[in-house]
Amino acid sequence: MEDTQYVVLKKDRFEEFIAALSSMQKLVAPVAKGFGAYAFEEVTSADPIALNYIPTILPLKKYFMPQRETLLEFTLDRRSHAEAVVEYEPLTIFGAHTCDLAGIQCLNMVFSERPKDYNYLLRKGTITLIGLECNDYCDEYASCHLVHASFPSGGYDLLFTDLGDYFMVHINTVSGDRIVRTAGLCEGAGSAHMNELRSLRDRKRTVFRNEVPIKTKLIPELFDAVFGARVWDNLNERCLACGNCTNVCPTCYCFNIKDELDLTLARGIRYRVWDSCQLEPFARVAGGINFRKERSARQRHRYYRKFRYPVDRFARFFCTGCGRCTRACMADISLKETLSELIKESEERVWKKWL
Amino acid sequence: MEKVVIKDSGYRLKKATILRTKNLTRNEKFFEIALKDGSSLDHEPGQFIMVSLLGIGESPISVCSSPSRRDSFDLCIRAVGKVTRRLHTLKKGDEIGIRGPYGRGFPVNIITGNDLLIIAGGLGIAPLRSLITYVLDNRRDFGKVHILFGCKEPKEMLFSDELEQWSQRTDLHYACTVDRADPEWAGNVGVITTLIPGVDIEPLRTFAAVVGPPVMYTFVIKELLKKGIPKRQILLSFERNMACGNGKCGHCQIQNLYVCQDGPVFNYEQIKNLSEAF
Ligand SMILES: Cc1cc2nc3c(=O)[nH]c(=O)nc-3n(C[C@H](O)[C@H](O)[C@H](O)COP(=O)(O)OP(=O)(O)OC[C@H]3O[C@@H](n4cnc5c(N)ncnc54)[C@H](O)[C@@H]3O)c2cc1C
Ligand code: SF4
Ligand code: SF4
Ligand code: FES
Repeated sequence: MEDTQYVVLKKDRFEEFIAALSSMQKLVAPVAKGFGAYAFEEVTSADPIALNYIPTILPLKKYFMPQRETLLEFTLDRRSHAEAVVEYEPLTIFGAHTCDLAGIQCLNMVFSERPKDYNYLLRKGTITLIGLECNDYCDEYASCHLVHASFPSGGYDLLFTDLGDYFMVHINTVSGDRIVRTAGLCEGAGSAHMNELRSLRDRKRTVFRNEVPIKTKLIPELFDAVFGARVWDNLNERCLACGNCTNVCPTCYCFNIKDELDLTLARGIRYRVWDSCQLEPFARVAGGINFRKERSARQRHRYYRKFRYPVDRFARFFCTGCGRCTRACMADISLKETLSELIKESEERVWKKWL
Repeated sequence: MEKVVIKDSGYRLKKATILRTKNLTRNEKFFEIALKDGSSLDHEPGQFIMVSLLGIGESPISVCSSPSRRDSFDLCIRAVGKVTRRLHTLKKGDEIGIRGPYGRGFPVNIITGNDLLIIAGGLGIAPLRSLITYVLDNRRDFGKVHILFGCKEPKEMLFSDELEQWSQRTDLHYACTVDRADPEWAGNVGVITTLIPGVDIEPLRTFAAVVGPPVMYTFVIKELLKKGIPKRQILLSFERNMACGNGKCGHCQIQNLYVCQDGPVFNYEQIKNLSEAF
């Protein structure tokens, strides 16, 4: 039986496919940067693309909400005038892992909630997303299964699954379909291909297990019980408040807004720039009061923004299990360890009843 | 890189003109402002706006006038940093940008028909002035109205002319206190909580509206609960760091709540278990 949603791209045509993609519009893909690190960068051929990569240093949010983004352009002459603008660059992203697709799904929810953020939404509309399924764990820092991000669940135009000498390609949108037709390099998927995809997924189900000893659906209850946990005090001693963990997180979207004048002082821009709840001034107000003065309170806030608050607002976790925060932390603070410690500490008290 | 102008951006500014200014104290200045296109700000008592100075930045500021006055609105601004200090140098005829109004103000439709106990500490009188003037404009719709005002010293008293007028009105009960008196001061001395036990209210039909510095809340709430006012009827306005006003930037969060969108006015029932609120 043929499933029109699936096509096959033979590996020996991959090079041609990438060339076709890059001739359509700017194409970015994961590229090795040395020291085991990867980054999404512009590519024009398949050569530099790393098909086997661990999550890139910065997640895809850098394309959806750039680190620094102009919101207003203004002139300051006698009749000063300001105009709201959005800057964007049509783009195809190739090779997004399921965790990073989940990250974009989170951001989509945030920025389409009213009041809508049209800077984000307009730019998002110009980005084509091609996913690449993970057949195995990238490294020991990942916790994607815990948060249901280890298997594809939408959020892409096309999804590539590596099945040896060919890719299975899932066509999820009409723009994905258009790409496949324009490139004209794929062939229909037969039942043998579908069986291979199915057995890969079956094998994955034996490999991917909750990386932390808790049932996913109990995580909100865990967080309801640990606001006052000692674990946060321990983080207070260790965290350097550098903000690396939030910068690299695909679902951290906090920002600040700043003004900048050009050299003539007659023109300027208002822009937003990534900010971090881990930095000391983030919640400080006039008069010097700081509502999250302690690093423990700021770390706790980060975890609650991943595992508790968005559950009420968006009915999902805002952690994709990508492991970036753990890889990036200079103080060796590990997400999986922190969760395990929270579970352990809560066991002593209320947690017992769920075991 | 391509670029388009977006009309419905949440960061687009409305032009506004300063009609009148007045120095209230050494640090606080009053501004009467009108939108340039002649439209009304159309705010609710307790809401705030983002005030913008191009090239300098934006600050969240409470609207301190009643929405019943439609052709202009008032702000009362304390000079503390780069935006607010520059605002203090502006005068009649100068232009500023604004966006908003933002957030949830005092639920006047729900308060209607009940008694009102208004408690203002220091600059907290600014957001409450929008409620007080609204209530006075619609005085018949409300029951008894009590206003308690406290500040550090007599010379820090904001809107003293208006406070004086309010104290003369027969349809209001007004009391004020200062933490430290000066030689001319003949009134109460002591923190604002000392005024609460003396007010005669019917707790179940009274809404309390409280705005002041963060330290004030815990003590005032305790007194109000002692009086028997239900938690849902204790209304508090919160100040937090804010960059966007649109519920996105994260600066204003109190645990799972965004002060800019879910607040700034909350009832005590909503926030009583949030340790980041107090
Ligand atoms: C809902 C709301 C209503 C307010 N209403 C009034 C009002 O009616 N009158 C009034 O005078 N003030 C009001 N404020 C406080 C006012 O917004 C801040 O004093 C002002 O933003 C400081 O900006 P600045 O550029 O002058 O100071 P900055 O130079 O930016 O900073 C001075 C100090 O203020 C802190 N700060 C910076 N940005 C903010 C911010 N956005 N919010 C709070 N603190 C900040 C800084 O951490 C620093 O400690 C209100 C604040 C909120 C949240
Ligand atoms: S919290 Fe850490 S593991 Fe979770 S999405 Fe963010 S960076 Fe990835
Ligand atoms: S990366 Fe590590 S040290 Fe830096 S703020 Fe995050 S938890 Fe703290
Ligand atoms: S001020 Fe940006 S989220 Fe509230």
